[in-house]
Amino acid sequence: MATTLPATACDQVRDDIWRPMRGASPAYVAAVAATALLVAWGLFCWGYQIGHGIGVAGIRRPTMWAFYIVNFVFWIGISHAGTLISAILRLTDAGWRKPVTRVAEAITVFALMIGALFPLIHLGRVWLFYWLIPYPNQRLLWPNFRSPLVWDLTAIFTYLTGSIIYLYLPLIPDLAQLAAHTDGWRRSLYRALSLGWTGSDRQWHALERAMKLMAGIILAVAVSVHTVVSWDFAMALAPMWHSTIFGPYFVTGAIFSGIAALLVVMAVIRKMMRLEAYLEPRHFDNLAKLLLLMCLLWLYFTIAENLTVWYGNAAAEMSVFAARTRGRYAVLFWTMVALNFAVPFVLLGIRRLRTIASATISGLSVLVGMWLERYLIVVPTLSMPHLPAAWGSYSPTWVEVSITVATFAAMALLYLIFSKLFPIIAIWEYRHVSDG
Amino acid sequence: MEHRWGMAIDLDRCTGCEACVAACHAENNLPLSDPDQAAKGRAVHWIRVDRYYEGEFPDVRLKYMPVLCQHCDDAPCEPVCPVYATYQNHEGLNVQVYNRCVGTRYCGNNCPYSVRFFNFFAPHWPEPLPLQHNPDVAVRMGGVMEKCTFCIQRIQRGKRDAATEGRRVADGEIQPACAQSCPPEAITFGDLNDKDSKVSRLAASGRATRLLEDLGTKPKVFYLQRAK
Repeated sequence: MATTLPATACDQVRDDIWRPMRGASPAYVAAVAATALLVAWGLFCWGYQIGHGIGVAGIRRPTMWAFYIVNFVFWIGISHAGTLISAILRLTDAGWRKPVTRVAEAITVFALMIGALFPLIHLGRVWLFYWLIPYPNQRLLWPNFRSPLVWDLTAIFTYLTGSIIYLYLPLIPDLAQLAAHTDGWRRSLYRALSLGWTGSDRQWHALERAMKLMAGIILAVAVSVHTVVSWDFAMALAPMWHSTIFGPYFVTGAIFSGIAALLVVMAVIRKMMRLEAYLEPRHFDNLAKLLLLMCLLWLYFTIAENLTVWYGNAAAEMSVFAARTRGRYAVLFWTMVALNFAVPFVLLGIRRLRTIASATISGLSVLVGMWLERYLIVVPTLSMPHLPAAWGSYSPTWVEVSITVATFAAMALLYLIFSKLFPIIAIWEYRHVSDG
Repeated sequence: MEHRWGMAIDLDRCTGCEACVAACHAENNLPLSDPDQAAKGRAVHWIRVDRYYEGEFPDVRLKYMPVLCQHCDDAPCEPVCPVYATYQNHEGLNVQVYNRCVGTRYCGNNCPYSVRFFNFFAPHWPEPLPLQHNPDVAVRMGGVMEKCTFCIQRIQRGKRDAATEGRRVADGEIQPACAQSCPPEAITFGDLNDKDSKVSRLAASGRATRLLEDLGTKPKVFYLQRAK
C-alpha cells in the first residue's frame, strides 16, 4: 500500500512545487498585464452597456437570449472539471488523481465566478438583480419560486459555496506548511488561512472526513446544477427546448467540456511551471480516456435528441431542426460535430495517437465545439418561434464579443494570481505515495 | 370575478390596413424605433398584422392576421418570471408590472405568439411628439418588457364611469384602441363572463378558433374565419 517518502524526496517535492510561487518572471508579468488589460476592457464594455442600455448588445426580438446565455452555460459547464475529476477520484481513492485535483478544483471555482456573472450581465436592469433573492422586505415581496431562474440562482450559489469549501479544505495543510516557511505578509496570510492547523491526528482525521463528505455533496450538487441550467431551456414551450433529455444531456456536455478545460489548463501549467515530473503522461492519458468516454456519451445524447425530433416531424421543431442541420446554422452544426466528435475520437481513440499534445488539441477542439453546441441550442430555437411571421435573426456586436473575450482573460488572470499565492499541487498528498 | 375580458377578431373582415397598429401606438405611448433599430427587429408594436400567402404566383391570396397578446388563461410567460412582474389579474388580464421587471426576457422567450416587446434602450420621442402622450398610460423605461394590456386604462375608466352612475358596464361600452379604430369593425372586445355579450356569442360560433390552440395556453383572443 502506501509508503512514506524519504525526507529528502519530500523536500524535493516541496521545492519543485513552491518554486513557481517565488518571484515573477517577465513573461509572468506580461501575462498578468495583458489579461488584466482585457478584463478592464470587458468591464468598460459592461459599464457602457449599463449606461446606454442593453440594446448595445445584438439581442433583439425574438432572439432575446444569445451570447451572454451561451457564455453562462459554457462557463458553468467548464466548472464541472473540478467536481467530477476531483470528487469521483477522491471517493474511489484513485491514486493518480493527486497532482490533478487542485488544478481542477481551482478551475471549478473560477469558472463558476465567471459563469455566475453572465445572468447579471444579461439583465435589462442589472441594478435590481437582488429582487431575485428571497430577502425580508417591508412590502412582503417574494421572488417567484416557480421560475427556473430562481432555481438557477439557488443552485449556482449552493454550488459556488460548496466548491469554495471543497477547494479550501485540502489547501489547509499546505497553508500551514507555507506559513512555517515564509515571512512578511505571506506568512500572516497563510497563518490566518490555515485556521490553526498543527497536523495532529485528530485534525487529519477531521479533515479526511470533511473532504470525503464534501466530495459526496459536491457531486450531487454538480449534477443538479447543470440539470437546473438545462431546465432554463427545457421548461420553456419553445421548439427543440421542451425536451426531457436536456438534464442528462447538459450534465454530460458540462463534464465533457470540463475535462477538456482541465487538459488544456494542465498542459499550460506543465509547461509554464516546469511541472513535467508531476503532471506525467499517464495523467494526460487517463484524462484523455475519460474525455473519449464523454465524447461518445455526448454523441449518443446528440443523436438521441436529434433523431427523435426528426422522426416526430412536428412543424415548429422541424423548422429549427432543418435550420440547424441543413440551413442557416448547418456550417456551425457540422463544425460542432467535427470538433466534439471526430477530432477527439480519432486523436484519442487510436492509442498510437494518444499523446499529451493530442490530448491538449482534443481539449481545445472540444472547448470550441461545446461553445458552439450552446450557441446552437440557444440561438436557432429563439430565432424561429412558433409563428413563422415572427422569425428573426441574430448577430453579436462588439460589446458581446469583447465581454466574451474578457471572461477568458479573467479565467487566465485568476489562475495566474492563484498560482502565485497557493501551491497548484497538493504537497501533503505526496506525503504518501500510493502505488495505485 | 365579475369580468373576464376577451376579444374576437374576424379574419374575413380584416383588410390588413394596420389602423389598429397606428391607434395602439397613439393610445399606449409606444416607443418609436429608428429605421436601423427596426431593421434589427426591435420595433415595438403591441398589435401587428401577420401576412400569410396562399397559392403559387400569379394565383396568390394574401391573408392578414392581427396578432396581439392573447391574454392566455394558462400563459407560459407567467410562471417563468422570477420576480412576478407578469401575472394573471382577477379579470383574466395578463398584466405586466413595469416597475417590477428586471429584464431577464424569459417571458418573451416563452411566449409562443412572440407578442412581448423589450425596451432595449430608454424610449425616445422627437419633439413635439412627447406633447401628445396619453396621460393615462405610463411611459416605460429602458430594460423592461412590455406588451398589449387590452387597453387596461380604458377598462378602468369604463368600470369607474359605470360605478359612478350605479350601473353595470354595458356591452361594447369599453373598446380598446385597436377595436375602436378598425374600419371594417373586425375586432370585437367584451366580457366573456357575460353570455349575451357580442364577444361571447362570436367566441361560441362555429367560426371561432384560437391561435396555436394545441399548445394548451387557452388564449382569450378568438379568430373568426370561414370554416374550410
